[in-house]
Amino acid sequence: MSIDRATVAKIASLARIQMSDEELDRMEPELNGILKWVEQLGEVDTSAVEPMTAVIPNTLRLRADVVDADPKTGGSRRDDVLANAPVAEHGFFGVPKVIE
Amino acid sequence: MTELTNLGVKEIRDGVAGGDFTAREVAESFNAAVAAAAELNAFIVTTPDHALAAADAVDAKRAKGDDLGKMGGVPIGMKDLFATQGVQTTAASHILEGFKPQYESTVSQNLWDAGAGMLGKLNLDQFAMGSSNETSYFGNVSSPWRKAGTNAAMSPGGSSGGSSAAVAARIVPAATGTDTGGSIRQPAAFTGICGIKPTYGRCSRWGVVAFASSLDQAGPMARSVEDCAIMLEAMAGFDPKDSTSLDMPVPAWEAGLNADLKGKKVGIPREYRMDGTDQEILDSWERGKEWLRDAGAEIVDVSLPHTKYALPAYYIVAPAEASSNLARYDGVRYGLRELPDGAGLQDMYAETREAGFGDEVKRRIIIGTYVLSAGFYDAYYNQAQKVRTLVARDFNEAFAQCDVILAPTTPTASFPLGENSDDPLAMYLNDVFAVPASLAGLPAMSVPGMLNSDGLPLGLQLVGRPFDEQGVLNAGLAIQQRAGFTAQPEKWW
Repeated sequence: MSIDRATVAKIASLARIQMSDEELDRMEPELNGILKWVEQLGEVDTSAVEPMTAVIPNTLRLRADVVDADPKTGGSRRDDVLANAPVAEHGFFGVPKVIE
Repeated sequence: MTELTNLGVKEIRDGVAGGDFTAREVAESFNAAVAAAAELNAFIVTTPDHALAAADAVDAKRAKGDDLGKMGGVPIGMKDLFATQGVQTTAASHILEGFKPQYESTVSQNLWDAGAGMLGKLNLDQFAMGSSNETSYFGNVSSPWRKAGTNAAMSPGGSSGGSSAAVAARIVPAATGTDTGGSIRQPAAFTGICGIKPTYGRCSRWGVVAFASSLDQAGPMARSVEDCAIMLEAMAGFDPKDSTSLDMPVPAWEAGLNADLKGKKVGIPREYRMDGTDQEILDSWERGKEWLRDAGAEIVDVSLPHTKYALPAYYIVAPAEASSNLARYDGVRYGLRELPDGAGLQDMYAETREAGFGDEVKRRIIIGTYVLSAGFYDAYYNQAQKVRTLVARDFNEAFAQCDVILAPTTPTASFPLGENSDDPLAMYLNDVFAVPASLAGLPAMSVPGMLNSDGLPLGLQLVGRPFDEQGVLNAGLAIQQRAGFTAQPEKWW
């Protein structure tokens, strides 16, 4: 299946990537080339196959029910969390106004 | 006195412990070598003070008679995909330029705890997406190798291209790499060094910038199999902060090294003999078989019938995971923010991501978004995950007949920078031999085999059963001992 320019623009918008006309023009044939190539997967009979969910069998662990059991991933790290924010104000991330 | 920069991990560790030289002397020598090799563009930032501080700590420990650690006194290069506290971490992307993590990745912390120091953060393909180190926002990395009789800049491979170039140029004794679909093995092959991707889950992913989480694995890159074994031991280990970390003890890989392969069977996958593969690659494969036979192994034919579908499956699964992982770069919490006058939140996201991501990253996010979108999910993503099950099953069946698999690492030797950069598909095909082991989460290693007629290195790949890094390292050691690969790039930088 091939995708047209409008579809590329739609996907780019879903992925929140602004694209110029020139970029869309360049991207369309590249994406179609890649999609055409991956479509060979349709040749494989997978009717009796489960999709892979874990590459190495493993069980998900529960962490100990302790507050701040690991201080690196626990709470009370506000300044660290904000340290790289482009805009941090009053202990929060700053963003453009979202409510009129 | 021996030129310290010619020494590898084991020699430096043992020399520091034995008092042949101090850790500080080692760090100073490598700092100078790094500073003199700017033309390779292997580093995004250098951290000479980090290397010196770690070296001084090791020298102080030695003076007190304390244990120096598995990597005591060894300065290394750190791929700029690992979060390093207070040191810029970019994934070679503009979107993370200036980002200084407030925490240390588990793998890098493990290395510092083992007595290693950091010479700097190594360049890579942007977000580890690439096979030639041409997608970095911070410029291409040049391989120290050149094709005989030319001065064209050659690719060091990717994505761990800064790592491979630095190790091959002897400006670091070893470096970290990460491998999602060949990003340790392919650059190692291109530059005549060793690199191992362990079983998925051996090395913690905590603090490693995520590309495709079900595939990403860290591993060492160095100039010998022994050095890889030592460094992997220092990097690996259970980490409760990574939900896919293996809760298993780290084997003593260095102590377990044994190049005697009597009683071992080496599988040769017939589907890896593809049309169009370079004859010299096929010749190196033949020599690999002879070396392993000479080490006592029996060579057997095996079949991995879904090999040809592994790469297309990878190019659905990896971009799908990437599109999800890279959603976090939104201009709010860290990194770049583009906010045109009067723009709202949605515009800020789109403008930030437009300005921050490179073309290859955008391409993969778009592909990933498409294959996960309603109506296409089953045809693309689910089908790819089913094919992935089949690829893993192929290996499982092959390992009923053999202990380790031998194959070429790459279909060609290194190519000049720029040669494949206009054609994404041609670039993807570089990973055709590396990707199957990634999809199956298996330990896999590249070791140098020989030089081709252009004077460029060719690598041989060993793939093992899950958790059998030892079997992979041992077969690698058997090849290393017989290949006698001592070639070095002639210094031009």
